[in-house]
Amino acid sequence: MTSIPMPEEGTLTTKPVVDETNYLKSAYGIKSWLLTQDHKRIAIMYMIGIGIAFLLGGLFALAVRLELWTPTKTIVEAATYNKLFTLHGAIMTFLVLVPSIPAILGNFVLPMMLGAKDVAFPKLNLLSFYLWLLGAIGFVVVLFAGDLDTGWTFYAPYSIRTQTAVALAATGAFILGFSSILTGLNFMVTIHKMRAKTMGWFRMPLLLWGLYATSVIQIVATPVIGITVGMLFLEKLFHIGFFDPKLGGDPVLFEHFFWFYSHPVVYVMILPAMGVISEIITAMSRKHIFGYTFIAFSSIAIALFGFLVWGHHMFVSGQSSLMSTIFSLLTFSVSIPSAIKVFNWLATMYKGSISLAPPMLFAMGFLFLFGIGGLTGLFLGTLNTDVHLHDTYFIVAHFHYTMMGSALIGLIGGLFFYWPKIFGRMYSHLLGTISFILIFVGFNLTFIPQFLMGSMGMPRRYYNYPPEFQAYHQWSTVGSFVLAAGLFTALWCFIHSLFRGEKAPDNPWGAVTLDWKTSSPPHHHNFDIVPPVTDPYDMDDVYWDEESKGYISRSQQAALQELAAGVSGTQEKNS
Amino acid sequence: MSQAIDSIHGDQGQLSHEPHVAHHFESAEQQYDSAKLGMWVFLVTEILFFSGLFCVYAVYRSLHPEVFLYAHQWLDKGLGALNTVVLIISSFTMAWAVRNAQLGQKKALMINLTLTLVCAGTFMGIKAKEYSQKFEHGTTWGASFHPHDNAFGETHDGGELKKEDMPPNTQLFFSIYFALTGLHGLHVLIGMGLILWLLVRAAKGTFGPEYFTPVDIVGLYWHLVDLIWIFLFPLLYLIH
Repeated sequence: MTSIPMPEEGTLTTKPVVDETNYLKSAYGIKSWLLTQDHKRIAIMYMIGIGIAFLLGGLFALAVRLELWTPTKTIVEAATYNKLFTLHGAIMTFLVLVPSIPAILGNFVLPMMLGAKDVAFPKLNLLSFYLWLLGAIGFVVVLFAGDLDTGWTFYAPYSIRTQTAVALAATGAFILGFSSILTGLNFMVTIHKMRAKTMGWFRMPLLLWGLYATSVIQIVATPVIGITVGMLFLEKLFHIGFFDPKLGGDPVLFEHFFWFYSHPVVYVMILPAMGVISEIITAMSRKHIFGYTFIAFSSIAIALFGFLVWGHHMFVSGQSSLMSTIFSLLTFSVSIPSAIKVFNWLATMYKGSISLAPPMLFAMGFLFLFGIGGLTGLFLGTLNTDVHLHDTYFIVAHFHYTMMGSALIGLIGGLFFYWPKIFGRMYSHLLGTISFILIFVGFNLTFIPQFLMGSMGMPRRYYNYPPEFQAYHQWSTVGSFVLAAGLFTALWCFIHSLFRGEKAPDNPWGAVTLDWKTSSPPHHHNFDIVPPVTDPYDMDDVYWDEESKGYISRSQQAALQELAAGVSGTQEKNS
Repeated sequence: MSQAIDSIHGDQGQLSHEPHVAHHFESAEQQYDSAKLGMWVFLVTEILFFSGLFCVYAVYRSLHPEVFLYAHQWLDKGLGALNTVVLIISSFTMAWAVRNAQLGQKKALMINLTLTLVCAGTFMGIKAKEYSQKFEHGTTWGASFHPHDNAFGETHDGGELKKEDMPPNTQLFFSIYFALTGLHGLHVLIGMGLILWLLVRAAKGTFGPEYFTPVDIVGLYWHLVDLIWIFLFPLLYLIH
């Protein structure tokens, strides 16, 4: 999403001064980034890497939309079109959405929210990043050296028969799976073992509950996709025959394995976003979060229910009607914890003193888009409507509302929220607001026409289409370019902030969680001294300080004064 | 003030740390607990990794029970049982090695690690013999399954395998056999590498009562590898 000129800037203009109180200046040179074990620097490397992948996946999406401007060939051949939508899906899922919030924001704030110096396994954290990079390189090689035309789902038996680079893409997905597992493992152990001594489970910020639920899914579901793409790999190389009907195998078995992972993984994308939204809404409404325990447990509930609904992808794949009925029922049950969250967020905003700064705009956009994404999911969970809507643009629009409209909007909102903490710079609220409006309008303009034409029967992934759909496709294409303009505005806003942004206060939004009680940007070891653990949403703990243009925590101030006065016993309280 | 603070939480804190404790941990205990929990979580992912193949086994065994009944007779129960015993012994020596590390018995630790390594090597040797038999008979996976005439006739436990009795889709059994034992064998090889690494570190005297985490968690991994074989043996070799 952005480039980080800070360390180089230091080396070029002034003599580098090692400053332990700022992780961006605690060491210099390219090696101090590439070999770092600091979770904050790893987060920034992920930010750059995932940003580039997002740009690439986004350009493919624009090319796909441009091709669909006319009912026949517009800019590319059919084979290229297949490659474009396949790589768009594969890159956005495996390289962008799955790692996004945990790897960028999670890595950055998780240890700080716990009052820890780092994640439990810093070397493993760095290894996760390089595995991600290796997987990404695999996809880039596929892009330049081979073809891939299976769609991101790699369905057998077509994926076995096609001559394109399925084996290489499967290897890439396998490696990316490892990266995801290691991140999940790291976060889970860190949350269990590295919380500040007085931080019980119910004093954790809700983002951590979201990340914990995410790591459960990463740990339980990801190995299954690992072995599934492993089997696909053996299928391609050795014709082992598990999924090949010619050799006695069953292609639907592949679909079962694939969705056993790939359904839960949509919650890997959405749960961290929900966590970020919880943090933004409470801070920006200046109100204690409503229904803390309900939001916390609904994250866990979503993670668990998410494992029991994969069959709803196979309602028309010859699954028995009894199984389909059970899966349909379970699918509806997932809407309960999701709705609990939405109602609690709305109740948090009710009578709050809401600030409409960019992070809150994105959070409110999330509520709206996630509402649409979630409610249209009910159409697809219903057996008889799904038969009509399956494999149409309706489902494309539905999952873009949850993935792009919710998960990525959550990421962008989170970036606007944590940006001052990460880089110590404020950004232009005007640019942020413009980017939100463009993204929100562009997004709806892209996908509402897709709902309409999907419900009229326009199938997904088609290169040509009947002329009566052309108007919808053109509106959608126009929308996608407005959306792109919005995303570039956000990028411009961030880059502008790095060079021209005002210095950020330690706590610009008045959030109460520990990550806001350190300097902006944080100390190399996160804290000078770990602040006392309070209720993470007790808004009375902070007050506005006109001088520093930020919020100050009363409990932290009291603890520091006590320490300065040399009162004995402070050590235990604060460690 | 910042001086006082640094001495508690800053870089200087590192000096007061015990050796082997990384800077971001507060105590050796926290570090040990984290490593152990991390390993257990990793083992969960390993089990789920294998469970994909166990699932394939369950699906095809329920669809084609006759294939499993027929084809398992090609496997040598004696060698399978021997390998089971070898691995159980290796788990015992591994567990003993953990105890040796905890008590700081360097010599005994090295002996037990070596014994574990020898057992693992024996297992792989026996496995290699079984594999080569399969290749000689042409009883391999999927598309490459073309049993030669020498594959039929008397079986290891005295029965007789007739070519005309062979059910369709018999290749699925060997696809599953090679996928499961192959993945397991890969894990044994990784385990051997890890034990060798422990042996080198043990020789340097790294382990003792205050630091034995690597021995402990490699031990956990090794027991899992052993346990998976204990499920593979009856599932593949002992079918009625």
